[in-house]
Amino acid sequence: MLTYLLAFILFAVGLYSVINKRNLIKIIMGIIIMEHAVNAFLILIGYRLSGEAPILEEGMAISEFVNTAMDPLPQALVITSIVISLGVVALMVAIAVRLYQHYGTFDITEIRKLRG
Amino acid sequence: MVLIQIFLVFTIIAALIAVEAPSPLSSIISLGAVGFGLSIAFLWLGAPDIAITQVVVEIITLVILIRATIGKGVTEVRGNESKPLLIGSLILFGLGSAFFANYLSAFPEFGKTAMDVPMDVFSETPSQYYLKFGLEKVGGANVVNDILLDFRAYDTLGEATVLFTAVLGAITLLNKEVFFGKGGEK
Repeated sequence: MLTYLLAFILFAVGLYSVINKRNLIKIIMGIIIMEHAVNAFLILIGYRLSGEAPILEEGMAISEFVNTAMDPLPQALVITSIVISLGVVALMVAIAVRLYQHYGTFDITEIRKLRG
Repeated sequence: MVLIQIFLVFTIIAALIAVEAPSPLSSIISLGAVGFGLSIAFLWLGAPDIAITQVVVEIITLVILIRATIGKGVTEVRGNESKPLLIGSLILFGLGSAFFANYLSAFPEFGKTAMDVPMDVFSETPSQYYLKFGLEKVGGANVVNDILLDFRAYDTLGEATVLFTAVLGAITLLNKEVFFGKGGEK
C-alpha cells in the first residue's frame, strides 16, 4: 500500500506543477511527471513478490511459468503509453516554441495579456 | 520491495527539484533523473522491455526539451502565484486523495496481481491466457512482445497512428511556410 502511495505522491507533484506554475515549460514537465507516475502505478499493480519477468526460459514448465511470471498485460499497454507520451510531448513543445516565437515569453499570464 | 520504494522516493525528490529549480537546464536534467530512476525501478519490477523503452524515450524527450528551451533566454517567472489557484489545487489534491484512499482497497494488495485473486465467473484472467498460450500460438518466448505484436496488434497499430498524427502536427507547427503562408513570418 505504501508503494502505491508513493506513485500517488509523484502524481501529486506533477499536478501541483501543472496548476501552480506560470512557465509553460514547467507545465509541460508537470504533465510528463504525471505520465511517469501513472505508468509506474500500472506496473506496480502487475508486480508479483519474488516473481520473474514474463520471458519464458528454456526448460521451464508452462504451469510453473504462469504461477511465477509478472502480469504481462499492464506491461504491454504501458509500452504503448510511453511511446504515445513521446509524441504528445513533441506536440506540446512545438506549440510552446510557436508561442515563444509569437510572444517572446513562456509566461502564460503574459501570453494572455498581449495581443491574441 | 524496499529497493523499489527507495527508487520511487528518489524519483519524487527529483520531481520536486525539477518543478522548483529556477534554471531551465537544471530542471530538465532533474526531469531526466525522474525518468532514469523509474527505468531502474522497472528493472527491479520485472519489466525489462519497459525499462529499455523508457530509457530511449527519456533521452529523446530530454533532447526535445533542451532544444526548445536553451537559447530562448531564461524566463524569470516567479513570485505572486495567485491565492485562489493555490487553494483550488489544495482542494483538488484533497479530493484526489480521498478518492484514492477510497478505492485503494479495490486493488489487489502490493505483491499480488489480478491473477492471484480468485474470480467468480471466469476461470482465468486474460494475462493467464496470454502466459499459457503465448509460446504455443505466437511462437515468441517473451510474452510482452507476443501481446504487443499478435494478441493486441490493433493496439500497436493505433499507437503508430497516434504517434504519426502527433509528429505530423509538430512538423506543421514548426514549419513557417505552412503556418504563415508563402510570405514567411509576419
